[in-house]
Amino acid sequence: MQNLKIVVTGPFSAGKTEFIRSISEIDVVNTERKISSAAERIKNTTTVAMDFGRITVDKDLVLYLFGTPGQKRFDFMWEILSEGMLGFVVLVDSTRPETFREARFILETFRAYAKTPYVVVANKQDDENAWDVEDMRIALRLDPGIKLVQCVAVDREKVKNVLLELLYIILEEMDAAES
Amino acid sequence: MALKGNLRDFSLSQLLNLINLSKKTGSLFIESSQGLAQLAFRNGKLVYAGIGSDENNLSSILYHSNRINQSQYRVLQERITQMTDKETGLLLINAGYSTYEEILSCIQNYYIEVVRKMFTWLEGEFHFENDGLSFEEKITINLDLENLIVEGSRQIKEWEHLQEEIPSLDLAMQFSEHPDKNISNMNLNVEEWRVVSFINPKNTIRQIARATHLNDMEIRRVIYGLMQAGMIEYVHAEASPILHDRMFPTKDRQQQRSLINRIIDKIRSI
Repeated sequence: MQNLKIVVTGPFSAGKTEFIRSISEIDVVNTERKISSAAERIKNTTTVAMDFGRITVDKDLVLYLFGTPGQKRFDFMWEILSEGMLGFVVLVDSTRPETFREARFILETFRAYAKTPYVVVANKQDDENAWDVEDMRIALRLDPGIKLVQCVAVDREKVKNVLLELLYIILEEMDAAES
Repeated sequence: MALKGNLRDFSLSQLLNLINLSKKTGSLFIESSQGLAQLAFRNGKLVYAGIGSDENNLSSILYHSNRINQSQYRVLQERITQMTDKETGLLLINAGYSTYEEILSCIQNYYIEVVRKMFTWLEGEFHFENDGLSFEEKITINLDLENLIVEGSRQIKEWEHLQEEIPSLDLAMQFSEHPDKNISNMNLNVEEWRVVSFINPKNTIRQIARATHLNDMEIRRVIYGLMQAGMIEYVHAEASPILHDRMFPTKDRQQQRSLINRIIDKIRSI
């Protein structure tokens, strides 16, 4: 059996757990705990170690999805989770510009761990308060070459699209490496 | 118990706070890549501050504060080789070059500048020696630490902000492609100009810092300022990902491609 891994990361409450839950064939194994910090109490629970989802491709191949904890004090987990990953997805809550700076920090940190392909995801695009994707690109200081994909993490089709975009980038990189 | 450790774990403002609250008397020695510093305290108040041994004498301090001119400075440097700072101060006062208040004010500003500079030190072994005061030859002051502690805390906040804005020093910068921006029309200080002269996609921020003798905080501050002004930006080429074999369970390129295509087919079918 061959295993591949994609890491789903992003700031606190960006929608990482929902993202994995939407596509995983198993119930997401997560380690959510009640939130103790008042500042972070915009939801009731948070991931303290990792979320874990699985997509069985065929009898010989499994794709695992690992979601990182969003709170900064658990960032020691990030490097461990990024080891050997195929690529990563950075989820950003389009309705919370106050998290954009942290999203950039997470992106740079993961790029420093492993220069693997990645996509940045503007999540919660169905919310009326969601920022326009191109405005987010400027705010996140993303190079025009970086894929910024619109998403609603609870919508399986949108999540599929994000993963496909990442996989297409990997194929493109393979083509570029061979030519 | 010895008061020793590393600034990485216990910051200078935390140390000053501790010394202030416990009204310590003695010397704090800090050894970092920027030099060896000594801060001395009496009953929790700052009495002396110095980094290294150069340019710490009274004539240098007065010259750099524009209290004496270059020729006076040169004469003093020749004459004071055998004189202590106190003796030099008396000489200057008696000769009418300066007043007691002026000298004290210069010394105080200099010590404050030393501590400010040290707030940018993020690493460095420190130890405190009780009763390690021996400043018969130096002019001492009696400065409350509270304001310095507040300033240090502010600087820590700034440092955290700069770290978030520029999380890695291993990135390279390039000039922005804004035809309306003309660097020669911008008001840059000497430090900024020196950094600008090294901006090149081949140089990482860390290399520029080394070349310009700026520490982590100083280089981040300059780079952040130049980025905010729209003059420079991260090098886009850095965005290119690299494929490596650790990503795959096989080293065979065709098999790797096959794995990706199988995942794509699977996800499409979900």
